[in-house]
Amino acid sequence: MAHGQVTVFPQPWTVQARGLTKAYGYQWALRGIDLELRRGSSLALFGPNGSGKTTLIKVLVTLARPTGGEALIEGHDIRRDAQAVRRAVGVVGHEPWLYEDLTVQENLHFYGRMYGVSDLPRRALAVLEQVGMDPYAQFPVRSLSHGMRRRVALARAFLHRPRVLLLDEPEAGLDQEALALLERALAQARMDGMSVLIATHDLAWGLALAERAVVLHRGRIAYDSGGTRLDAAALAATYRRVTEAAP
Amino acid sequence: MTAILGKVGAIVWKDVLAELRTKDIVLSVGVFAVLVIIVFNFAFQPGAQGIGAVAPGALWVAVVFAGVLGMNRAFVLEKERGTLPGLLLCPVPREAIFAGKMAASLLFMLLVEAAVVPLFGVFLGLPLFPPALVPIVLLATLGFAAAGTLFSAVAASSRSRELMLPILLLPVLVPVILSAVGASAAVFAGEPFGEYRTWVQVLIGFDVVYLVLSAWVFEYVVQE
Amino acid sequence: MVDARAGQRPSPRVEGRAAGLGWGVGALLVATAAVMVVALYMALVWAPPERLQGQVYRIFFFHVPVSWVAYLAFAVTFAGGLAYLRSGRASWDRAAAASAEVGVVFTTLSLVTGSIWGKPILNAWWGWDVRLTTTLVLWLIYLGYLMIRAYAAEQAQGARLAAVVGVVGFVVVPINFFSIRLWRGLHPGPNIGTEGGLEIEGAMAATLFVSLAAVTLLYITLLVARIRLRSLTDAVGEIKARLGVGGIR
Repeated sequence: MAHGQVTVFPQPWTVQARGLTKAYGYQWALRGIDLELRRGSSLALFGPNGSGKTTLIKVLVTLARPTGGEALIEGHDIRRDAQAVRRAVGVVGHEPWLYEDLTVQENLHFYGRMYGVSDLPRRALAVLEQVGMDPYAQFPVRSLSHGMRRRVALARAFLHRPRVLLLDEPEAGLDQEALALLERALAQARMDGMSVLIATHDLAWGLALAERAVVLHRGRIAYDSGGTRLDAAALAATYRRVTEAAP
Repeated sequence: MTAILGKVGAIVWKDVLAELRTKDIVLSVGVFAVLVIIVFNFAFQPGAQGIGAVAPGALWVAVVFAGVLGMNRAFVLEKERGTLPGLLLCPVPREAIFAGKMAASLLFMLLVEAAVVPLFGVFLGLPLFPPALVPIVLLATLGFAAAGTLFSAVAASSRSRELMLPILLLPVLVPVILSAVGASAAVFAGEPFGEYRTWVQVLIGFDVVYLVLSAWVFEYVVQE
Repeated sequence: MVDARAGQRPSPRVEGRAAGLGWGVGALLVATAAVMVVALYMALVWAPPERLQGQVYRIFFFHVPVSWVAYLAFAVTFAGGLAYLRSGRASWDRAAAASAEVGVVFTTLSLVTGSIWGKPILNAWWGWDVRLTTTLVLWLIYLGYLMIRAYAAEQAQGARLAAVVGVVGFVVVPINFFSIRLWRGLHPGPNIGTEGGLEIEGAMAATLFVSLAAVTLLYITLLVARIRLRSLTDAVGEIKARLGVGGIR
């Protein structure tokens, strides 16, 4: 086990995936993903439903085992060094992963203890303030609206100071105010040096947030703006093509 | 090591806190256990001879059936409320997650037994809680919680979860049921420890085997 | 490491292997039938009646081999499940699952033949004999094995969950057996001896040996046939998935 192991990274990559595949039964959700993401940069992952966005995130954060290929997150192998990967990533999924019977604060304290966050009560309050949920700290999650839960989920993802944020359709179900908060939180994360990977349906929104865009289609990368300047027209054309051919 | 124990403790704390709010598990399991005992009483002739010989069987059938009901809440609830990925994302050895969930279930079961066993004595005119019964209840419940937590996680990943758990769990519990019944019958009959030592040894063996085995295979159960 | 483009790989190898198994199944079937005829003749005609049980004992020439081979089948499921958990290779899972199916059938036969023998000899269809009860518990565990496969949300997950059940269920056979023996010791009742008090003589031992060979061959034939069927099902499933026609999970 690599508890508290310090690794020096010779290369500046936060995500390195090579030939990543994932099969569910006979269905291939990922058919060979090659992806490199520079540390501190941001990537928007587009694609219709069933294109493999969620599976890619699940595989990268060790929630699903890849069928083939390899990937490193912050230099840690997702298969061999899962604990280090889990410490390095902050994840927001489709569901908020909160315990309904506990209060917002208790949820954060639970996760904080699981991640070994040292300055816990203060840190929990700080991330709640960041998403504007500090007035609700003592509320049971059960009493919160869907949008409020999404905000707490974002706070949970930030709690242990991850180096990479992976967000799976974080904008879903958010109102204008919550959306603005999310954008501000992401901007802050970028300033703190975090890398960000956002999977989303919303082309315009994703493009406004990320400097690089990748379109997934049937488990493969159909378009990658790469390190060059983003060609919005080519991206939009690819996206339209794959959504019309969906899934 | 202490860091890992702290994380096991965090899972227990989280489950206990939720249970304190809802009282779901302890209440439903306790009421169900009492119901089974009462129904069993109708199966005996009132004041029949040798009821003491059959009684321990009724007690453990009640505890096991009620326990299966409670185990359905352990992982199935994490799965149904969609909290399992959050738990699995934590940078914690899978064995610690297993230990935490198991310890919480063990606690709930013991709480129910602390209430049900004396009540059982009241109904059947047996000693309320003979001290010699304590280690037997502890060992049997530990084994139950170990196997139960493992198969609760197995069942949680399948369709028709509530149905699969008893089907998978009851056959593997045979040694626990046999030895818990055997040992507690001896205790109720006032026999010395030497008479039921072998049953206690079976319980210890079962506990060790299932704790080691469950911790080892648990990783394969929860991965996707 | 699995090839990164495995997704697009057609499966001629799977189909080829399955075709090869087809020949194997045919040959095995002929061999099994031949040995089975000899075994039937020896068991029903050639072997002399037993001193105490008369003709009734002849069912043991089926009961004993079928019971032994059932345990062998679950041992194969155990080993296959272990290998599948370690390697994640579908071929190990196919072998484990096929063996479990045959094992459940043979366990059923073992329970039924044991029961049929018990009626005239012990005057009861069922006596909670130690080995019969252990076998019954094992039968229930492997029924669960087959059910968890069928009820899994997704195929690979079903394979993994079943492997866990198969491994745990087999490892705990000794503790099940020991606890049931202890329980039987406390309750007076028919305890069937090693061969049910049979007096085995030379001709009987030879017959038992040939029956064991026949039943083992039958097991291997069924196992290979089921593995072949699973390989073909998987090949069809992969092709369908590639063509985008659903249907088979």
